[in-house]
Amino acid sequence: MLAEAEGTVSAAIHAPTSGTVTAISEAIIPHPSGLPDMCITLTPDGKDEWTTLRPTDWRNTDKKELVASLRSSGIVGLGGATFPTHIKVRADGKSQVHTLILNAAECEPYITCDDMLMRERADEIVKGMEIVKFLLGAENCIVGIEDNKPEATAAMTEACKALPETSVKVVPTLYPSGDARRLIHLVSGVEIPHDKRSTDVGIQVFNVATVLAIYRYFALGEPSIDRIVTITGSVNSPQNFKVLFGTPLQTLIDAAGGVQSGTTHFIMGGPMMGFDLPTIDVPITKAANCIIAATPNLFAPPPPAMPCIRCARCADACPVNLQPQELYWFSKSDNFEKARDYNLFDCIECGCCTYVCPSNIPLVQYYRYAKSEIIAADKAKEAADLARERNEFRLARIEREKLERAQKHAERAASNKAESAKTESTKVAPTKAEDVKAVPATTESEQPASSTNTDDVKKAAIAAAIERAKALKAAAAQAGESQKKSDAITADAPDASGKPAQTEDEQAKAEQAKKDKQALIAAAIERAKAQKLAAAQAGIAPKNVEDASPAVKAEISEIDAIREKAKQAVKAQDSDSEA
Amino acid sequence: MNRSPYITDAPAVSIIMLKVLLALVPGIFAYVWIYGGGILVTIVLATFTALVSEAALLKLRQRPIRPYLSDLSAVVTALLLALALPPLAPWWLVVVGTLFAIVIAKQLYGGLGYNPFNPAMVGYAVLLISFPIVMTKWPAPLILAQTPLGFMDQLHFIFSNTLPTDVKIDAVTSATPLDYLKTQLMLNHEVSSITQAPIFGVWGAKGGEFVTVAYLLGGLYLIQQRIISWHLPTAFLATLAAMSLVFYTVNPAHFANPLFHLMSGASILCAFFIITDPISGPTTPRGKLYFAAGVAVLTYLIRVYGGYPDGVAFAVLIMNMCVPLIDMHTQPRVFGHTKN
Repeated sequence: MLAEAEGTVSAAIHAPTSGTVTAISEAIIPHPSGLPDMCITLTPDGKDEWTTLRPTDWRNTDKKELVASLRSSGIVGLGGATFPTHIKVRADGKSQVHTLILNAAECEPYITCDDMLMRERADEIVKGMEIVKFLLGAENCIVGIEDNKPEATAAMTEACKALPETSVKVVPTLYPSGDARRLIHLVSGVEIPHDKRSTDVGIQVFNVATVLAIYRYFALGEPSIDRIVTITGSVNSPQNFKVLFGTPLQTLIDAAGGVQSGTTHFIMGGPMMGFDLPTIDVPITKAANCIIAATPNLFAPPPPAMPCIRCARCADACPVNLQPQELYWFSKSDNFEKARDYNLFDCIECGCCTYVCPSNIPLVQYYRYAKSEIIAADKAKEAADLARERNEFRLARIEREKLERAQKHAERAASNKAESAKTESTKVAPTKAEDVKAVPATTESEQPASSTNTDDVKKAAIAAAIERAKALKAAAAQAGESQKKSDAITADAPDASGKPAQTEDEQAKAEQAKKDKQALIAAAIERAKAQKLAAAQAGIAPKNVEDASPAVKAEISEIDAIREKAKQAVKAQDSDSEA
Repeated sequence: MNRSPYITDAPAVSIIMLKVLLALVPGIFAYVWIYGGGILVTIVLATFTALVSEAALLKLRQRPIRPYLSDLSAVVTALLLALALPPLAPWWLVVVGTLFAIVIAKQLYGGLGYNPFNPAMVGYAVLLISFPIVMTKWPAPLILAQTPLGFMDQLHFIFSNTLPTDVKIDAVTSATPLDYLKTQLMLNHEVSSITQAPIFGVWGAKGGEFVTVAYLLGGLYLIQQRIISWHLPTAFLATLAAMSLVFYTVNPAHFANPLFHLMSGASILCAFFIITDPISGPTTPRGKLYFAAGVAVLTYLIRVYGGYPDGVAFAVLIMNMCVPLIDMHTQPRVFGHTKN
């Protein structure tokens, strides 16, 4: 094994032949982006020797063990999607798969690798199917073959003859019947809901090449190191090859007799969904079901696109029953929300719409564009939401810091008081306290002059102010606790409140006492402030008497809301850091 | 780069339009046989005007001229308008109608693919409203005319509005059956007695019904070639038949039978060539049924109760307005989705 599977959706890589690893570096990979990625370069020693192979007696082994061992088999879906197989058979008991469907419908025209495999290795495929059936705990097996492969159908029917609960079903050769959801519908009549997986309705689909690889892994101990590749187009002898993964494309082309003159580039995959290879210096990968040598004659560049005439041929051709002409309209005008409403994301990019378009509009490209734009916009929106949340939290923090500052002032004043109390007589303090109380008194006395009817307002305002002061007191208490932390963002209220219990008793008591004192002082100051404010408000708006009290209340609830948000933000921060 | 699919197999827009033109050929032949060669002059005139105005507008709009002219859509519009006009329409009528169809209804809305209304019907409606007398003055079929006009006479009439000295205008023109039926019904005559008039044929208008049958043949060819779907013609004709059957059953003395409605006026032309314009029509299969049924209902109502003898043009234009709504509410169920 060269590389282990690290992430959840990843598969191991095995040395396809004997030799020496000569480089682990970035190299161009066969991907539409044409970007390089980390690759392992293996220089063969020419001996092509196996290590000791250890077959598994799968019938007498625990399923969990088998699945675990599949993880290091390197087997992925060989239909072209290369989804790691060990995930598909994960026996987590969540999905009850009752039917295993073998995808023997070639995914695109031009490709014949599965056809050849079935003609030559039907027995091994069926044995692999037995293993997968066992792993999944499925009861039925259906082999879905397109009707243009009579030889493969005969071979598979023969191989399946002895097996109970297994049937071979011939489906019409109508691209894209090799698409898993389409095939399921064709062979079983079940339409997988768009937001569910096939396993949710008890159906799992495997490609024939994949089950063959599974058979070889368990029965012979061979990991996944090769696949059948169709090479066609403008090569001298188009055919299917069993190709070791990592084989340079040039080697494969040479084996097919070289290219004919006029070949401009190579396409990986079929003519409907394939892509231009960035260069000829790429290896054959597990996804490479077909390589097409392209010439301008074979794939003429499309004529210039004409306007859509809404003929709806695309809608007739769409296997998902979308309205491509509407999606095109929305995608072209960047009306992405509408495109999404019209189920853009159900599009499987099969290319049927483009195939039948009289106006030569590259429809699929528009959908790819719209999809990527929507995904990007969603991500941006997520980021913006996060930023807004952060800003709200920041505002709350600023509010809190204001309170803290006020508290500090009060503290300082108190300590000044205490000092002066020490130096002067003890009688001073009560007078100071009276001063504080006097503040509302003076403001109150100012008010009645402005209006005769303010008494009610005032009462309401004062009541509100008291309420608010209470709220602020609580806030101040909270603030006092979180003040301990230098960074307000990492401060967490619940933790702070739980702190005293964790720390030593003395410290806790001292702190508690300090906090209590601070809170009291802060509350007193805030109360005074609030009363002053409320009184001022009452003074400003004596005319709309009825409105005054709700207005004050609204303000209070606003402050409460901010506080609540801050709390939640702190909590969110906590849970984030826990995660 | 991902530019798949690499292969396509679709008739070009120009091929589709060419087939529509081909499908009109039997109708044109029948037309010439019944009404004389004047229609050919009208067709040439309309086509020429359409191409010139389209080219001029494309030039003004700084669009490539050659690909858009060669898509033949302007020719189709011109031909449909020409066939809808009275056979001996004066040249200026043809030119004004075509100009309106191409310049206003098509190019000013953005050209091919962007016109919300059927250009030919816009041209027709404008002419019908602006020049009602000329537009309703149909020449009698050659077999009914007291003095059938030769081709040169027709040519002369089209360009200079003059007839040979010994021929009176009344000897050449006659009311269309739909028109005649309407006016006679207002005089409280019964349908059965009205249709005894010589202008009535076996099914529809004497002579005109052959043209209609020829259109029908062309229309079936279009369905066979899968240029148009069966939905539109079927729904249109079925609704028109059903509607007229209901009225006919209730009061056969006052309402014409379904066959008459199907074979008269522009019914067949409308069913296969006019409402099947994909650009101004709906795209969903169900939407096509609703659209065509709507056109049929309106056509019938305008014919029977409206101020014009035939209602196809207005019915189509009114239903054109409903197309976005129809499309929106008739979206087919997407694979894997439940109907909601």
